[in-house]
Amino acid sequence: MHELSLAASIVDIVERHAGGVAVRSVYLKVGRLRQVVPDALTFGFEALVQDTPLQGATLELQLIPAVGRCRACGVETTLEEFPLLCGGCGGLDLEILSGEEFFVESLEVEEADVGGGERAAVD
Amino acid sequence: MLEEASARPSIKTVVMEGVLDANDALAQANRADFDRAGSFVVNIMSSPGSGKTTLLERTLERIVPDVRVGVLEGDVRTSLDADRLERFHVPVVQINTAGGMGGSCHLDANMVRIALRQLPLDGLELLIVENVGNLVCPAAFKLGEDCCVMVFSVTEGEDKPLKYPQMFRAVSLVLVNKIDLLPHLDFDMAKFDRCLDDVNPGVERMLLSARTGEGVDAWCEWLRARHKR
Repeated sequence: MHELSLAASIVDIVERHAGGVAVRSVYLKVGRLRQVVPDALTFGFEALVQDTPLQGATLELQLIPAVGRCRACGVETTLEEFPLLCGGCGGLDLEILSGEEFFVESLEVEEADVGGGERAAVD
Repeated sequence: MLEEASARPSIKTVVMEGVLDANDALAQANRADFDRAGSFVVNIMSSPGSGKTTLLERTLERIVPDVRVGVLEGDVRTSLDADRLERFHVPVVQINTAGGMGGSCHLDANMVRIALRQLPLDGLELLIVENVGNLVCPAAFKLGEDCCVMVFSVTEGEDKPLKYPQMFRAVSLVLVNKIDLLPHLDFDMAKFDRCLDDVNPGVERMLLSARTGEGVDAWCEWLRARHKR
């Protein structure tokens, strides 16, 4: 996976949502089936934000396990490796329930100084 | 959620935006243009040197002028591939990805969208996109195509599907090329089939040789059956 161009997409998303406020952390959910290399993505992100208002922001990856539900026997299996096999019957016909996520979930931003701007404080 | 982490407290801003959403939105815009024009679009992917362009030449020899076809050629640099197709007098647009983020290793929906401005899409029944030679990234970047096809060659090793599962899972047809070389190789076709079925169970595959023409008619029939909708 070309982590640098993915990191560039992430930077673009963060800039749009940060609204000019300093960003501490970017929380990213990455499914294990996406074959993203975490270190390369983090490295790319940090390289791209150097000397920009986002400098210092960290990329926090949450890796989501791949889980499949067998269409033949209904068993749900956590999938570690190819071939993706049902842990119950060994079948290959699986509905992928998780593991293909790839999105920016949230940002941790510095609270704005005085007055201006909306706060999107969410629990 | 307020934290006293440093001098300034921090708050959480919800984003929930897919990393590839921007590309996917452009892919959908491309898709709408393809639908309006009635064009069937095939995204052909493979590693470098598998024989995509040679196969494309053999294909165009057979389907032009019966099928109104256009081609988008993707390469990091040069118009060498597009030049090879010039003799068919079909619309061909060369996309060079160099100059992007240091030379992009795959086509994305934005590049295709820009290239479409130069293509007379309304007259095309079939649009073939020859992606940049690369077994990793093209699989992740939707272009708005109808289907993805891989050109795999028997000089590459039977275990490639296990090494590049995302690519082999992204395609609905695997063309196994260079079968004319089989007598000179120790390629185990049964093992390749098993590896392929491990990552994309039952995916359609065809054996062919772009060099000798063996099996190419069947591939052209596959295309003909699909572009007429």
